[in-house]
This record gives sequence, C-alpha cells and structure tokens, in this order.
Amino acid sequence: MAETVRLRIKRQLSPDSSPFWEEFEVPMIHGMNVIACLVEIQKNPVTKDGKKTTPVAWECSCLEEVCGACTMIINGRVRQACSALVKDLEQPIVLEPMTKFPVVRDLVVDRQKMFDNLIKVKAWVPIDGTHHMGPGPKIPEPERAIHYELSKCMTCGCCLEVCPQFNEKSDFMGAQIISQVRLFNFHPTGASLKEDRLHALMGKGGVHECGNAQNCVEVCPKEIPLTHSIGEVGRQVTLQALKDWFMK
Amino acid sequence: MSDKRVVVVGGGLAGLMTTIRLCEEGIKVDLISIVPVKRSHSVCAQGGINAALDLHGKGDSPYEHYDDTVYGADFLVNQLPVKRMCEKAPEIIYMFDRMGVMFNRTMEGNLDVRAFGGAKFKRTVFAGATTGQQLLYALDEQVRRFTAEGMVKQWIGYDFQRLIVDENGVVHGCIAMNMNTMKPEVFKAQAVVVATGGPGYIFGKSTNSFINTGSVACTCYEQGAKYANGEFIQIHPTAIPGSDKNRLMSESARGEGGRVFTIKDGKRWYFLEEMYPAYGNLVPRDIATRAIFDVCVNQKLGIDGKNMVYLDLSFMDPDYLDRKLGGILEIYEKFVGDDPRKVPMKVFPSVHYSMGGLWVDDDTDMTNLPGLFAAGEVNYQYHGANRLGANSLLSCVYDGFVIGSAMPGYLKEYKEPQDFDALANKHLTEVEKLYEKIYAMDGSENAKKLHEELGVMMTERMTVVRYNDKLEELMGMLDGLMDRWNHIGIHDRSKVLNQEVIFVKDMQKMITLAKVMTKGALLRNESRGAHYKPEFPNRDDENFLKHTIATYTPDGPEISYEPVKIADIPPRPRNYAVDKEETKKMAQKKNEGGK
Ligand SMILES: Cc1cc2nc3c(=O)[nH]c(=O)nc-3n(C[C@H](O)[C@H](O)[C@H](O)COP(=O)(O)OP(=O)(O)OC[C@H]3O[C@@H](n4cnc5c(N)ncnc54)[C@H](O)[C@@H]3O)c2cc1C
Ligand code: SF4
Ligand code: SF4
Ligand code: FES
Repeated sequence: MAETVRLRIKRQLSPDSSPFWEEFEVPMIHGMNVIACLVEIQKNPVTKDGKKTTPVAWECSCLEEVCGACTMIINGRVRQACSALVKDLEQPIVLEPMTKFPVVRDLVVDRQKMFDNLIKVKAWVPIDGTHHMGPGPKIPEPERAIHYELSKCMTCGCCLEVCPQFNEKSDFMGAQIISQVRLFNFHPTGASLKEDRLHALMGKGGVHECGNAQNCVEVCPKEIPLTHSIGEVGRQVTLQALKDWFMK
Repeated sequence: MSDKRVVVVGGGLAGLMTTIRLCEEGIKVDLISIVPVKRSHSVCAQGGINAALDLHGKGDSPYEHYDDTVYGADFLVNQLPVKRMCEKAPEIIYMFDRMGVMFNRTMEGNLDVRAFGGAKFKRTVFAGATTGQQLLYALDEQVRRFTAEGMVKQWIGYDFQRLIVDENGVVHGCIAMNMNTMKPEVFKAQAVVVATGGPGYIFGKSTNSFINTGSVACTCYEQGAKYANGEFIQIHPTAIPGSDKNRLMSESARGEGGRVFTIKDGKRWYFLEEMYPAYGNLVPRDIATRAIFDVCVNQKLGIDGKNMVYLDLSFMDPDYLDRKLGGILEIYEKFVGDDPRKVPMKVFPSVHYSMGGLWVDDDTDMTNLPGLFAAGEVNYQYHGANRLGANSLLSCVYDGFVIGSAMPGYLKEYKEPQDFDALANKHLTEVEKLYEKIYAMDGSENAKKLHEELGVMMTERMTVVRYNDKLEELMGMLDGLMDRWNHIGIHDRSKVLNQEVIFVKDMQKMITLAKVMTKGALLRNESRGAHYKPEFPNRDDENFLKHTIATYTPDGPEISYEPVKIADIPPRPRNYAVDKEETKKMAQKKNEGGK
C-alpha cells in the first residue's frame, strides 16, 4: 500500500456539544503540510475504521504563515497548520483546537477577543485624514528595523494559548497586546495616544499581571521579542503611574 | 433623512481603503468578510508598492510610471484611469507613511525603494518582504478606529450570497450568510462595493489561497454585471510548487539582484539576461514566464529535466538579504528546507493574478449595475494584458479613493425602491432555495474532487500557452463538470459552519467563471501580454485592441467587445530586448517610413 499519514483529531460539532476524537488515514503527498491532510479528509470524509463522517472544519487564508488563521494545537504544540510539514511530525498527528478561545466547530475557534482588545488599547496611529499632507515623520533605519519586527504580529494567539495568566476568567490581555502598545507608543504620531494606552494596561488585567513565565516568546511564530516588549511597556506603565500620581 | 449606508464586501486592501474613504465622507459602512479582515489575502503580498517618488533623483515621474504600466499592459487598458492612479501614487505612499507603516528606510531615515519588473527606475516602496501584510494592518487599524467610533460595523464570518437588485438593475443591498449558523441575512444599503479579490483557486494550485474563488464576482456576473478581459490571467514566473498551493518567490528577489539561470552544456545559462539585455531578470512577468516555460518544456533544459529553474540570491550579502527580503527567505526555508542565502532556489511559474474582472466605469468604479461598485483585484481596470509587479497593491488602494470620491454623488441621486422588503424577500428566497437544494444533494460526486479536476484542466489549457482546439475541448469539459456538479453528494448536513455546503456553492461559481475566461481566450485570436497563442503569435491591434466583455446568459457567456481608450500613448510593439525609448523611436521610424 502507498504511504499514508495518520491523524487523530479532536472534534466538536457545535459550540455547545461535547468534543470527541476521530482517527483518519490519508494518502501521503510529497511536501505535504497539515492543511493538505485536512483537504484529503474533505475529499474522502471517512475515518480510519471506514466509518463515514463529516469533513473536519478548520480556518486558513494565506497558507504561508502570515495571516494567523490556521492556528491550532499540533502534537501538543500551538502553531500554524500551514507551516507544519508532515515529514517533520510524529504520527499519528494529533490536532486540537486552541483552548483559550471558544470553539465554533472542530478546529475553528473564535478569537474576536484579540481584536476587541486592540480597540481597548487604541492600537492605531491617529492621523487627521487620508488626504495629502506630505510624508510621515522620518525614522532612523535601525529603529525602524526593530519595530518592523513588532508589526509582523499576525494576531494568531499562540502567545495567549501558552500564557498561564491569560484565560477566560482573567482580564489580562497578554503579550500580543502589550507588544502592540510598544509599537504604537514608539511611533512619533502614535505616541500622542500613549497615555491612553498605558492607562488601559494599568490596574486589572494590566501588564503587571504578567508572571514573566516567558512561555509566550518561545512559541511566537514571528519570533517577536515579546519579553522585551513586556519589560519596556512595564517601565512605561510605571513611569506613567508616577506621573499620574504627581499630577494629582 | 435616513443614514447613508453602504455595504462593502471584502476587507482586503481595496475593501478597507474604500471603507475608510466612505467613513471620511460621513457614510456608514457594513463591512462583510469571510475571514477577519486582518487575515485577508492581501497579507500575502510581499514585494512592495509602486510610486514614482524619484527618491534617487534620477528623473522618475508619475508619467514614466504611467508609461511603463501601459506598455507593460500591452496597451489593453484605458489610459486615463492608469494615469490618474500613477499621479496619486506618491500621495498614497505618504498616507501609509503617516499611518505608521514600517517601510524600509535609508540611513537618513527617508523611504527606501527597490527595482521591480518592467521599469527602469527604482520605484517600489517596501516593508521587508511582507509589504502587503504591513499595508493591510495599517488600514485595518484605521478601520478599527472607525469601528470604535460606530461608523463601521464588521460582519466577520459572513459569506456574500447575492445582490438585492431590482428589475431595472439597480442595487439596493445584498444577502450574506452567517457561516456559523448558516442563516442568510438581508443587508439593506444604498450601494454595494465588492472588493473580494482574485479567482486564483479556479486553477487549483496558484499563489492564491483557498478563499480566492472569484465566487462573488461570478454572482455579480450572473446577476447582470459585465465581466471584462477574463482571459487575462497572470502567471508569475517564480513560485515554489507545493502540495496545497504554490508559494510565491517575489519579484523583489530579482529586484534586489537575484538572477535566474539553468544548466546548459554543463554551464550556468542566465537565459533572461541573454535574451533581454536591456531589462535582464527584470523583464515583465509574461515575458519571463514564457522564457522559463520555453526553456523547461520545449528545450527540456529544466533542472534535472524537471519543470524548474534556479533563482539565485546566494552570491549576495546575507545581512543585506535579511534586511530586504527576510520574509520570503523564511518562506523558502520553512517550506523547502534549504537556505536561499546559501544555495540557489528552485522555482517554476504559477497562476498568480487576474487582470480581468468586473467591468467598471473609468471615472467612478461603478459596474453597469447602478449602485454596484468594484474595487481591487476583482475589477478589470488598470493592468490590461499584463500587470507590472507592485502595481496591484497600488490599484487596490487607489480604487478606494475613486469610490470615496464617487459615492457621495451617487447617494445624492439614490432612490429607495417602492417596496424594499418584498424585493429583499424575493432574493432571500432564491438563496434559501439554493441551500435547500445543496443540503439535499445525495449523488456520488465529491465537490473537492471536482475542484481538483477543474484545477488540472484549467492549468493545462488556460495558462502559459493556449491552443484553440484545446480551448474548445475545455469548454466541453467545463460543461461536463457542471453536469457532474448536479450529482454531488454532501456528507455534512450540519447548520454550524458547514464548509462543505459553502464550497459546493462556490464550486458552481468557479466553473461558471472558468467558462467566461476560456471563451474569452478562445475568441481572442492573437497574442497579447499574458495571453499567448502559438497559432497567432503576434499582437493584432486592428482586430483585438479591445476589451472582451462577457455577459451572462443561461446558455453560457455572450462575448462582445469594447474599444480601448487611448489618451497619450499610441500603441507600439513591445520589445524588452531594448530600452523602452528605443521602441518608441523604432515605432516612429516605421510610421514615417509608411507615409
Ligand atoms: C503571494 C502574493 C504576493 C503578492 N505580492 C504583491 C506585491 O508585492 N505587490 C503588489 O502590488 N501586489 C502583489 N500581489 C497581488 C495583491 O496582493 C492582490 O492583488 C491584492 O492584495 C488583492 O487585494 P484585494 O483587496 O482586491 O483582495 P483580498 O485581499 O484578496 O481581499 C478579499 C476580501 O474579500 C473577502 N471575501 C472574499 N469572498 C467573499 C465572500 N464570498 N463573502 C464575503 N467576503 C468575501 C475576503 O474575506 C477578503 O477580506 C501579490 C499576490 C499574491 C498572491
Ligand atoms: S511572560 Fe507574561 S505574557 Fe508571556 S506567557 Fe508569561 S505571563 Fe504570559
Ligand atoms: S505576538 Fe506572536 S504569538 Fe502572539 S499573536 Fe502576535 S504573532 Fe502570534
Ligand atoms: S493559513 Fe495563514 S498562517 Fe496558516
């Protein structure tokens, strides 16, 4: 028999039904990634034991690890399915949805919270309008290069999945948000909202709730220096708190 | 007075820029998208965005940019919209700069630029090799701000189904389906903008994603919108073939100095440099693709006899490469396993972009259906027979400005239909009927397998080289596929995020649009830009300097033509072996000689 790939997938048919496991065996294709395995299941939605089932639902967009859509837990590690190559994975390949977000169906979760949090910290540069007003502020290339790395965050949520402080009960917004705050506070125009952002990171759910476990930086697929961001923003918040105190 | 409300379908660069411009005009927006807009396909764009800022003081100008674009497009383009786009380009870059895009910079802190295909000036602004991502994020942030202010409501996870169009063809909104509940909902609006990107998935594997089905464009076409120049599909010369999609190796690799070669008689043969001394590795995509195809398929000189050639960066400084091209080097490393800083990459052409799309008016981006506008890759406007690299991001953003200016005028004249609810219900019923039918399908065919076949037949017959007998055959094959579509059986009858059911709907759209593309190609007996027929190897301006216009009929597309509008640049033969100015002189001489 031709070479095959074995998968074990945690399934859930709706937000409030109970999860269950199914196993699959699909034909191996040269250079195959986890997404291609899921497509094979769509072509022939039959479990390893020959039982007819429904195709597995999952999310994807770019297929080259720049959009963050296809994030799931693969063999116990949170990562993107599109860049998970079968040849590098132990079998059966175990796929599970992320655990820190509500499941919609199968491997699809609802990560709206991350986008809502971006609103809370005003993660934008407040421009006056899109009409012509000449170039933006000059930025030295070395500074630009550092902050470009931060701007590659694709809101995938890996850093939140592994963060011991981030869960449904806590308000802690996590490393992704903190790092975005660093990015926008750095920008000369973005900095005009710096105080608002820092206030959003004070108190409950603020940056000081980070236990400094450093799990986040280890899983970030974009290798964003998250612990630096947490340190830097932590300092900014402390200074802001002092400033607030003196201004009282 | 009731609120001004417009639906924007699609949150890629084009949809987001349109949304921002509408908000600035005081128009509220319902923004509908399958994926969270920040995950739209525009994130994939790597190389950069063009604007003649002349940052090197070499005499570049918007006119040069315009001239290159029209020449690159093999003249199959209305010139005025291109001219206006190129004039606006520098302002667009500065806008992004003010929004905080981390563009690469020079040591003085100014914007850096690099070279791209089909141009002699460096005019491509870039943010590493993830420019699309960076631009999309900047717009996403601004849209989030308008969302916080209540100007925008985002409908994420909604799949467009149908326009709400009255008997006069006027559009009053659309129906979109909440995919999580599989329930279609009515969106009332005074106008609808579709900005749903390209149709690459019709070709199975392309540099596009699974969500680029072209299905929204197809629905608009089925409901009466004209589809123009469908046969013009760009095949990018350098991609890495993959099991799920082909991953692009951006033209910026060559823009930064990368060289294409293969091995001939035991030696490296830099065939592009030899064949096209004036532009070398930076010839436009149609030219580079045909050369690679010829070397591999006709001369059988691909690497180890396979359909692949080398794209070499390994002779360059690795630090420089990381700074300028980091993103794509990572992609190659991740998906192929080799380090392009050390060894030449192996690449082959892949379907990449559709120059064709919904027909729109030159001045307003409105389709022939009043109240339906089209922005971004989904329209046919700026790229003619061949798009120049880094011009697409520009056209997507520029469309947002065009629609932002045109919309207030349209809304002023807008008249509500007599009985909107009855009209909306009629369309809603159509949608419900379709899903009743799909949910009941219990034949033996599988939609994903049909798709695989569609991809293969289209890639074999409708890409680099086209023959009329093969295209005729393809038309028949597509009809056959459509018959088989009716015999699909579905495995999943769930009402929660049923991706299979949605895909079955999309599959019908893809076959329909494939026929539009193929028929256009069949009837165009000439070679122009990306459309190449060995039986008709020359461009034929007398008969074909005109846009192909497809109109829907139940029996298949009806094709008519519309003249190309020339403003400043008289058509002349394209020849990238010599300088652009040289070809102008040659054309002039020939004209004088003919007198
Ligand atoms: C790999 C790659 C690299 C590229 N690099 C460059 C480059 O360097 N420079 C350049 O100029 N161009 C480049 N291009 C081309 C350019 O990226 C695209 O043409 C452009 O991004 C298209 O943008 P868009 O806004 O039209 O559509 P997209 O970004 O594709 O957005 C489409 C939107 O429509 C939504 N949508 C689609 N269907 C539906 C539906 N049924 N219902 C609801 N919503 C729907 C999607 O959710 C999405 O939000 C590249 C393209 C690729 C594939
Ligand atoms: S360092 Fe902080 S943010 Fe990162 S995982 Fe640990 S607790 Fe979470
Ligand atoms: S910081 Fe990294 S891990 Fe966290 S969301 Fe962004 S890209 Fe993902
Ligand atoms: S599909 Fe975009 S990261 Fe995997």
